[in-house]
Amino acid sequence: MTVTAKAPPAADERLSKPRLLDQLVVRPEIGALLGALLVFLFFSVVTEQFLSLGGAATWLDDASMLGIMAVAVALLMIGGEFDLSAGVMTASTALVTALLATQLGLNVWLSLLVSLAFALSVGALNGWLVMRTGLPSFIVTLGSFLALQGLNLGVTRLVTGSVQVSGMRETAGYESAGFLFASTFQIGGTSFYVSIIWWVLFTVIASTILVRTKFGNWIFAIGGAAQSSRAVGVPVVRSKILLFMTTAFAAWLVGSINILRYASVQANQGIGLEFQYIIAAVIGGCLLTGGFGSAVGAAIGALIFGMARQGIVYAGWNSDWFQLFLGVMLLAAVLVNNMLRRRAERVKR
Amino acid sequence: MTSLIEVENIGKTYGSVIALSEVSTVVNAGEVTCVLGDNGAGKSTLIKILAGVHQHDQGSFKVEGNEIRFSSPREALDHGIATVYQDLAVVPLMSVWRNFFLGSEPTTRFGFLDRRKGREITKKALSDMGIDLRDVEQPVGTLSGGERQCVAIARAVYFGAKVLILDEPTAALGVKQAGVVLKYVAQARDRGLGVVLITHNPHHAYPVGNRFLLLKRGRALGSYEKSEIGLEELTRQMAGGAELEALAHELRGVEA
Repeated sequence: MTVTAKAPPAADERLSKPRLLDQLVVRPEIGALLGALLVFLFFSVVTEQFLSLGGAATWLDDASMLGIMAVAVALLMIGGEFDLSAGVMTASTALVTALLATQLGLNVWLSLLVSLAFALSVGALNGWLVMRTGLPSFIVTLGSFLALQGLNLGVTRLVTGSVQVSGMRETAGYESAGFLFASTFQIGGTSFYVSIIWWVLFTVIASTILVRTKFGNWIFAIGGAAQSSRAVGVPVVRSKILLFMTTAFAAWLVGSINILRYASVQANQGIGLEFQYIIAAVIGGCLLTGGFGSAVGAAIGALIFGMARQGIVYAGWNSDWFQLFLGVMLLAAVLVNNMLRRRAERVKR
Repeated sequence: MTSLIEVENIGKTYGSVIALSEVSTVVNAGEVTCVLGDNGAGKSTLIKILAGVHQHDQGSFKVEGNEIRFSSPREALDHGIATVYQDLAVVPLMSVWRNFFLGSEPTTRFGFLDRRKGREITKKALSDMGIDLRDVEQPVGTLSGGERQCVAIARAVYFGAKVLILDEPTAALGVKQAGVVLKYVAQARDRGLGVVLITHNPHHAYPVGNRFLLLKRGRALGSYEKSEIGLEELTRQMAGGAELEALAHELRGVEA
């Protein structure tokens, strides 16, 4: 995607070595990478546990749960849309799985499958509504956010009489499903959660699709200029609905990891997380207006989140400081993104 | 020889608004058909029908002799009708080659984008049209308005368009840039494409056009071969002919 170091033989003689800043323009995740490096160095110096394997396992796990969602949300944002229902979706999917398994006695695998179908239909409905009405996705998914929140609490209370579903451990298939979604693996005697692998895998797949495939090209195009894309034959509606379904899929993945790890789920879980996903994506270089951004960047954005949140705990500071840090990070990221975009869009006359 | 496009008494209404009524024209290979008219004359409606964005309500629309009704721009593209819109030619933040191939991306055997091929073909296709770009990886937004139009035109030519519809390609451009774009229009014509050039500037239309369709308030004001009309008369008709003379008279009255 960028100007590679090994220049092709047909390189133009008028092309001097591109200026550093010009190279950065086409790499939206560079800012996030520098930020991540700074945060890493800072907490490595300031605290003891941060650099240890145990410390790394903790902040990587924190980052992974956020990161899976941030990457999906980044794709959607590059495609020019928001999904505010993404946070509660992680709870909804977990609740569907848990209710089916504990109340109806279904096998966990079957419950997971039904919950996946549920997630994909909600995603498709979100996308269809946005495309059909032409309303901003911000308002449409705010509606589905509230609706899901109500459903989560209402249905859970109706079925269990409380606002949580527990007792997953006794269900059939819990062990095998748990192995896939919530097991741990050992590195140097320290346990790491398997969610980290899911995060890396999801990021690699998403990033490959984004920069190396036709569909990825379309994502950038429909976010940058939907009408132009349609005029040259890009299936805008289908692509955007697919992106909403991708976010829903990621929410299902995170929901499944949660329910299988903790064996219980609170009906009010996930509220407020949707903004963290968007923030991570923006820190990773996504423009709020769409058409520009990076999946890897969003994953790095989530990494910054995880490192800062756990680093502040290790440093023994009050977690209030995390919000301040977050706000400053977000503002800095938006300013940098904005500058880069203006540079990219600057018209030479 | 059958015309590439032939429309006869075509019409379109939006609810109770008659946007276009009883308009006829032809587009032949290697010729430029100019559609002239003021704002609201129905130029956009006409080309949107040709491009498959809207469907006509009355009259007949033939492509290479066959009656047709497109349901989407994709279908029009498949019939070799490519449209370059004034503001919608390109996606500014995407690189030149990604824009060039948007919607028809080259892929390798494994289904991935063939980026090297994309870059090379883009560079070649652009230089064939006489556009010499240093770097096809730069965002299209960094090009000038004229260059952007040219990228869109080169794209249409490369993808085997038989008919090229250009919506006000010179409207937002300076004199020099407009000249450059018109040069590419002539080049596309000489390559055997049928070109539909929409403009409200007779000075841009006359040098490259073979046929002039004048629209006013959704109706055809006149349709001329180049041999039938001079630039002066075209300008006069465009500006409203007799009305303009009356206006000039009135303005003289103000001066005095």
